[in-house]
Order: sequence, then structure tokens, then C-alpha cells
Amino acid sequence: MRTVDPGDGFETWRTVARSLLQEAVPPGEVIWEGNALPCLFEEPAEYRVKAKRLAVPAGFMDLAEDVACHRDPDRWALLYRLLWRVTRGGERALIEISSDPEVAKAMRMAKNVRREIHKMHAFVRFRKTGEDGDGRERFVAWFEPDHFIVAAGTPFFVKRFANMDWSIFTPKGCAHWIAGVLKFSPGCAANPCDDPDAMEEIWRVYYRSIFNPARLKVKMMQTEMPKRYWKNLPEADLIGSLVAESRGRVDGMLAETPREVRPVLKNAYLEKLRKLE
Amino acid sequence: MELAQKLAILADAAKYDASCASSGANRRDSRDGKGVGSAGGSGICHSYAPDGRCISLLKILLTNRCIYDCHYCINRRSSNVRRAGFTADEAVKLTLDFYKRNYIEGLFLSSGIVRSADYTMEQVIQVARTLREQHDFRGYIHLKTIPEASPELIEQAARYADRISINLELPTQASLDRLAPEKNLARTQQAMGRIKLKLDEAHERRKGGDRKLRHATGQSTQVIVGADDSTDADFLTGSDVLYGTYKMKRVYYSAFSPIPEPSVVLPVKAAPLVREHRLYQADWLMRKYGFRPSEILPKETPNLDLRIDPKLAWALRNRHEFPLDVQTATRGQLIRVPGLGPRNVDRLITIRRHTRVRLEDLARLRVSLPKVRPFLIAADHHPARHLLDSDRLIERFLPKPEQLELFGDENR
Repeated sequence: MRTVDPGDGFETWRTVARSLLQEAVPPGEVIWEGNALPCLFEEPAEYRVKAKRLAVPAGFMDLAEDVACHRDPDRWALLYRLLWRVTRGGERALIEISSDPEVAKAMRMAKNVRREIHKMHAFVRFRKTGEDGDGRERFVAWFEPDHFIVAAGTPFFVKRFANMDWSIFTPKGCAHWIAGVLKFSPGCAANPCDDPDAMEEIWRVYYRSIFNPARLKVKMMQTEMPKRYWKNLPEADLIGSLVAESRGRVDGMLAETPREVRPVLKNAYLEKLRKLE
Repeated sequence: MELAQKLAILADAAKYDASCASSGANRRDSRDGKGVGSAGGSGICHSYAPDGRCISLLKILLTNRCIYDCHYCINRRSSNVRRAGFTADEAVKLTLDFYKRNYIEGLFLSSGIVRSADYTMEQVIQVARTLREQHDFRGYIHLKTIPEASPELIEQAARYADRISINLELPTQASLDRLAPEKNLARTQQAMGRIKLKLDEAHERRKGGDRKLRHATGQSTQVIVGADDSTDADFLTGSDVLYGTYKMKRVYYSAFSPIPEPSVVLPVKAAPLVREHRLYQADWLMRKYGFRPSEILPKETPNLDLRIDPKLAWALRNRHEFPLDVQTATRGQLIRVPGLGPRNVDRLITIRRHTRVRLEDLARLRVSLPKVRPFLIAADHHPARHLLDSDRLIERFLPKPEQLELFGDENR
């Protein structure tokens, strides 16, 4: 039995896994244990220098990169078991068998990770903190992801907000895009810049007004926007009262006396329309 | 009037439009530009309202003043709703302010008809032009266009937008005459046809290498369900034409539900939202599963069964097609099995090349076993023929009575 440190992310795990594989150490002989916080300082995929690839199917590498961001500490052992089966175990096509218990588990973890990246893109809320002398605006955000997805989720923001400066702070690592340079820093336990942005009040007005009380579907909302995200969404504390008031609002509509039809206005365009028919 | 007040009125005025898509734009981002924005991936829902609807775009009317009198619409001229209007600059600034804070994917802009179709269209275009040209905004823009506006203006709108749309609203001229007297079905179809040609043209130009061409990539439309006596079959055959002839990206179905300022011509009632839900499911079957409208709704049943989904309803009407062997059935057959979606079918087809598929494999793919069991043969499962032939098979799938409530108005 040997205890192995997977390092801080997919790349370091891969290096270790490769040498274990070369030594033919079976998965049952390895305990994966490390202290480093995963995925923190890893460069996002597109900036990464490609190391010599293990001779494994591409499907495994794609899957493993996602699984590596999962918060489950057992992910390194699971990945090594899969790697072993694909290479030494002779199950070359294993990753295609998505109903294999271990493949299914890895795929589920990868799906959780991808979903969390998507939710990061959706639910990060920037707050403006100022502008530099040239009018370049500066924004900050606080987000609490379930998985180690900060590095993987950041390229989206770089592309979309290339001409602003911004920082996204999270407990699992922070990303900073300042003057066109991307940097990562360790996570912080609490939101370091908790000043509301005046625009949040306007956004809340929008949220309140776009809601249709006549078609309440609270479950549907919660499936897509689970409660754990609510505390960092400036609009979410309106949900309770919007739901509570909806019935009264609909009853009010149903009780209204129907409005009479007003006569057609004198309008050249409407007259032209009538002649068209 | 303060900006917040205007926004409250003009967002409220826009919320009856169901379209929310922000996907399918030409891929771009702001790294080589001066402004903000990216598009072209799958859309992102930045929030959800308690009505379960995705909030992905800033959806507003430029003004809710309107000379039309559509009786299902809160903004019709006979309504006493409070009126407001944004200036182009206000709408532009609001879009950018929301976008930079990552609240939205972009702008959905519509407008009440003021003065004339052309005048209104020009106001709407002005907002999109300012966003694109002055601010180099590269986010998503959906513009509502007016069938009676000049084709040149509609094409201009398409140059600034990623998606444009004209709402059909009601499927027959008779219904339009009664409920939306200024609207005309033939003119709407004509405009949709012209838009389709322009979209095709732009698509060809991009394929031919014109990467700089800025043009919308699709059109969509909306129909109101439950405001007239159209059947589900009317809607689905209508949608089939809209997808086929006009290459719509989406047809949205909006259940007519109570509005403030009800019209004497169209009394409000709480519509069953489940009908809208079933129409979306049937629409999905046509677009993603290759079902024909006549398969979903045979002549003798013009309306969808509200109790079960339309794919299951089809399977129960076509039991002679089942059970199918998961090991040997074709993709086209498997995709019609209740409980199997295209993704899992593709997975199963890969898996079965390597191994015999058992029920536990299906369970690990998160397939609902109670749903597929009567219809599938697996290595360790042969469904009893009498079960498939039983008149009581449908009862296995009916929701429990208390669950039925969930489909309707949960709150009442």
C-alpha cells in the first residue's frame, strides 16, 4: 500500500498517475491523499501547455478533466481505477460503456461539474466599484461554487468582459482580469467587497415586473435555480413575497369589470390598413 | 417619470411574450473589440422568476402606447394601463448596465404600435443600431418586427439582431378578426416568408466565407393557446408548416391567462397551464424525434391527453410496435420508446456494441424503469405480452390524483 499526493489538480494528478501506471501499481495499492487545494492555480485549459499525453482514449481525458474539478475527495481514486482498467486492464472501450458502474459515476460527477460551471456563468453578479482614468470600468463578484470550477469557468468571462476589469472571489479560488491579464489567487472565506451596487435595485424592479402571477410554477423555478444560490442573488429575496401575493393579484384580475372597447382612433395608418384588407 | 417606474411598466408590458431563447447566434466575443459581450454558445438563463420562466434577456417594450386593439393584450388601446416609453438612450444604457453586471444575455425589444408600423420599427431599430455601432455591443439582441413594416426596415432590424420574430398570436383570420382586428394572417405569413429568404441568403453568404456579415440567424413566433377555440391539432399542424415552410427556430405557445385590464370581448379565465406544457412536449417530438402531427394527434382525437405526455400516448395507441429489443432495435425505433430520449438512445447504441444491455444498465443511465418496462426487451427482461395488451396499462402511468394539482395552478 502506498499513499500518494495527487497535487493541486488534474495536471499534477496525471503526472503521478502516469508514473504509477508505468510501475504497474494496481489501484487497490494506492491511497490518494493530499493537502493541496485542488484546481486553484491551474491555468485554464486553453492556456495550458500540452504535456505528453498518456496513451489513453481521448474520451477518458475529457472525462477526467471534468471529474478532477469535483469536490469529492474520492475522485482521484476513481479516476485511477478507470485509467487502470482502460490501460492495464485491457478495457480499451470502457469509457464508451456509460452504464458501467464506475463510468456512470464518473460521468455523473463530470455532469455535476459542467452544470456548476454553467451556473457560475449564470449566477455570478458583478458589482461596479469604479473606473480608472481612461474610463475602464472595474467590477467585483462573489460566488460560492460547490466544485473546484473557478479556473474552468473563467475563460467565458474573459471573452465576454474583455474590456472591463473584474475579480470573481470564491472560497475555492479567485480569478482576476486586470488590464487584459488573467491571474488566479487562493480562495477567501468571506466576500471581501460586500458593497451593493445601485443598479441592483433597478434589477429587482425588473425581476418583480417580469414575473407573471397568473402562472405560478415555484418548483420549476427551484429546479433550475436551487435555493443554495439565492443568498448571492440580489433578486432572490423578492421570491417569497411575489409567491405570497400572486393569488390575491390573480383574484383581483378575475374580479375586474371587463373594459369596453374604445372606438377606433383617427389615424392615417390604421385607415390604410383597413383599405388593404 | 423615473427610470425605475418606466421599467416596471415596460417590463410588465413585455412579459406576455414567452420567447426567451438566447442561443444560436453567430459566435463572437469582445476580445478584439472595444465593447462588451459574447454570443453563439448555448443560451444562459441568468435567473428564474417564480412563474418558472427563464430570465435570460432584458425583455421590454420600447413603449406600451398602442393604436391596435388586441383583446388578449394588456397594452391594447382600450386598456387603461399606465403608459410609458423609453428613449433609445435609456433602453441602451439599461441593457449595457444589466449586461456588464452579468444579469442578462442581451436585449429582447418589442414595442406597441405608435403612429405607424414603419415609425415604430424605426424606433426599435434605433436602439439596436446604437448598441451595435456606438457601443460595440456583442451580446444577444432579439427584435420584434411588424409584418406591415417595410421589408427594408425589417431587413435592417435583422442586420442588428440575432433573432427576429413576428407573433402569429392566433392561427386563423376569423380569430384575428374577432380578437385582433388590426392583424392579418396573410400579411404576417408574407412577412415571415420574406424574412426566411433573407435568413437563407445570409446563411449562404456566411457559408461562402463572409465571416464579417452581421445578420440574424433565425426567426421565431408565438401563438396564444386558449383564447379561441382552436384545437391542439390546429396548433400542431400550424407549427409543422411554420417549421417546414418558414424554417422557424421556435414556435412558442402561450396559454391565455388572466391579465389586468380584461376586455369585454375576451373574458379572462384561469387557463390550464398543462395544455401549454403538452403542446411544448408535442412540438419537441416533432422537432427532435421526427414525429408527424398526424401521429401525435390522429383525426379522431384533435386534442392532447392532458394526463400523460404525448409520446406515451402515441405508444399506448401503437402497442403493436412493442416490445422492442434494446439490443437490436433501430435508433428510429428506440427513440419512440416512452422514457428514452435521443441522448440515452445514442448511449445504448454504443453500449450494446460491447455488452448485452440489462435493466440495471438502463437504471444507471437514469432511465425510468417503470416507464420503459412494458415496452422494452433487455437481456434480463421480457415484458409479459398481456401487460402490454391490457386495457389497464395506462393506469400505471396516470399521476396520482393529488399530483395532478401540480400541473395546474399550484397556488389555488
